[in-house]
Amino acid sequence: MAAQNIQSVPTAVEPSRASRLPRALVALTIATALALAVGLYMALVYAGMESTQGNVQRIFYIHMPSFFGAFLAFSATVVGGGMYLRTRQTKWDVLALAGVEVGLMLSLVNLATGSIWARPIWNTWWTWDPRLTSAAIMGLTYMAYLMLRAGIENPEQRRRFASVYGILAISTVIMTLIIIRIRPDTIHPAPIGGSPQDAQGDFNLTPSMVTALLTNLPIWGLLVPITLMWWRIRLENLRERVDSLKIRLMEK
Amino acid sequence: MKPLIEARALTKAYGFTFALRKLDLTVLRGEWVALLGANGSGKSTLLRLLTGLSRPTAGTLTIGGWEIPREAEAMRAQLGVVSHKPLLYETLTARENLRFFARMYHLPKDSAEERITALLSRVGLSRRGNDLVRTYSRGMQQRLSIARALLHNPDILLLDEPHTGLDRDGAALLDTILQEAHADKRTILMATHELERAAALATRIVILSRGTLVYDAPAAGFDGERLAAQYAAVSNELKAASNE
Amino acid sequence: MKTPFFKAVIAIVRKDMQAELRSRELLSSMGMFALLSILIFSFALQLDIVARQEVVGGVLWVTVVFASILGLNRSMATEREGSSFDALLLAPVDRAAVFFGKLGGNFIFTLTVGVLLLPLMSLLYNIVLLNGYLLATLTLGTLGFSITGTLLATMTVQTRARESLLPILMLPIALPVLLASVNASSGILRAAPLGDWFAWLQILGAVDVIYLALCYLLFGYVIEE
Repeated sequence: MAAQNIQSVPTAVEPSRASRLPRALVALTIATALALAVGLYMALVYAGMESTQGNVQRIFYIHMPSFFGAFLAFSATVVGGGMYLRTRQTKWDVLALAGVEVGLMLSLVNLATGSIWARPIWNTWWTWDPRLTSAAIMGLTYMAYLMLRAGIENPEQRRRFASVYGILAISTVIMTLIIIRIRPDTIHPAPIGGSPQDAQGDFNLTPSMVTALLTNLPIWGLLVPITLMWWRIRLENLRERVDSLKIRLMEK
Repeated sequence: MKPLIEARALTKAYGFTFALRKLDLTVLRGEWVALLGANGSGKSTLLRLLTGLSRPTAGTLTIGGWEIPREAEAMRAQLGVVSHKPLLYETLTARENLRFFARMYHLPKDSAEERITALLSRVGLSRRGNDLVRTYSRGMQQRLSIARALLHNPDILLLDEPHTGLDRDGAALLDTILQEAHADKRTILMATHELERAAALATRIVILSRGTLVYDAPAAGFDGERLAAQYAAVSNELKAASNE
Repeated sequence: MKTPFFKAVIAIVRKDMQAELRSRELLSSMGMFALLSILIFSFALQLDIVARQEVVGGVLWVTVVFASILGLNRSMATEREGSSFDALLLAPVDRAAVFFGKLGGNFIFTLTVGVLLLPLMSLLYNIVLLNGYLLATLTLGTLGFSITGTLLATMTVQTRARESLLPILMLPIALPVLLASVNASSGILRAAPLGDWFAWLQILGAVDVIYLALCYLLFGYVIEE
């Protein structure tokens, strides 16, 4: 009597849909790979060489767009968290989690490329500049998000708390975005709009550089995070399906 | 008569383990339901869902027509709860604890003081009323928990093994208090392991097993022995069923 | 029938004060920590007067934020111990009243410690810290920590790691508060013109308001089951 009910209780995943590889995802992945190649060509070949910094300036075409990719992914976490709290559908929490992981990865790209650029320009890999510090803390916030998830056993509670924290955590992203405007002592340049007066390693964009930037911005800021998040969501759905199948086997 | 408590296909899952599976239960006003069942059968989960502190995974639950937990706020003043935990502050005295809860339930100040004094003496704590709860024994804490649950004169009592920790006198006292509440047309749901007590006091016996209702009948005509036999029969049936 | 909002808030704050006046658990541990912290800083940073003016704001805020974490952990653990948190939620009061009630207690305790630190630090660091603007900054900054801390501590007491998780979750979220507070108080201590640092005080106020609204909206989700 006890066991017969289990089948009819709604489980998180419909069995048939999750296992097939959607064609749109394949297409998107191929498109992203091609776009990345184009973006690299634009950054490394097409854009003119910057007069004072030389070739190392080309890193900027990936450095800045990858931050916007991270921003998009972390915004997805906010949307996922808010929607999860409203609807209590697991899929929204999966989106939030994918946002955090992909966002972290892109922040890492952002920090690593920044470091490589800073070595010849600022003469150091790392400096305790307000914006750098804020960006590092932003990364730590999302690692804390993952630690919070790991610390809760009850899945429903884990999703709920993670949603709440994911929403609060966006404050560190916004802070990183606006800090060069409110902290005048940063040495980080702001190529769009005016740079702070102390900025070191500032440069002016020529038309070919603007084109290279505008090509890479949607690639790193949209295509890469969306593709990666899609794959991550798929992986999570498959994993949940495996779990629910295991439970069914055990209940039988 | 319209049922006071109505559960339809009530389900609560913690991850992939089910604490309640599609439970249907209706309780009428003034009934005294004894919830029986082994550890992990879902008694506490059911009571917790009724308090509105826990949200069902599926199914619906209404108390007095209000949907729980969405509209639980409207019902809360009518619930008196004794749970596994004492729900008291250890760094306050018994009297201060009750005073705090009187404020939280918005009881008028003068009558609250009187009621607190009366309740403390009712549960046999008048002389220790100004001592810190920290210094209380388990049984005394349980007595105070009962006083706390009764403080605002609730219509519905949800009791999770209320006799735990009480000595013989305390248990007898609790029985009397509950009988009075029952005579006063209050509705009582009481999870317990004490079959004898359940048979003697309750008006209805409900047995849960692995989150489903397996037995539900009026308590009339039961004594401890017959109930024990019935309980054993139900659990044997279950064992046989799960071995198939 | 529902208990009026402010009555419930006041009842909770009053309950926390009453327990604290008796046990002095929170204030004594927070105060002791704060005292040790500024002593250690004053040994560790053997500074001349100019450098001291620069750094004293930072010392104050680091001490206050860690003292508040200490207090928050303790305050939420008491709610959890007899599982009296359930008792709060069972009462016919608004969820938000529980949030504001706990927030009130946490804020008052942390602010008390912070205010007591000011004359002490004036003495030890030989800088006058008793200043109306600094007091305003301290109040707003402490409020910001208490707002985010009350929400996050309610969450962390329900997790496996408990105490250790709160600073990890809270410090990054409280960063905007910390940044604005440190900058405002450094400006005040340097006796810089009002225009130089007043914007920081405004930012601090704005951050407090945003966090208050956000945490108030989210609190309901961290206490249900």
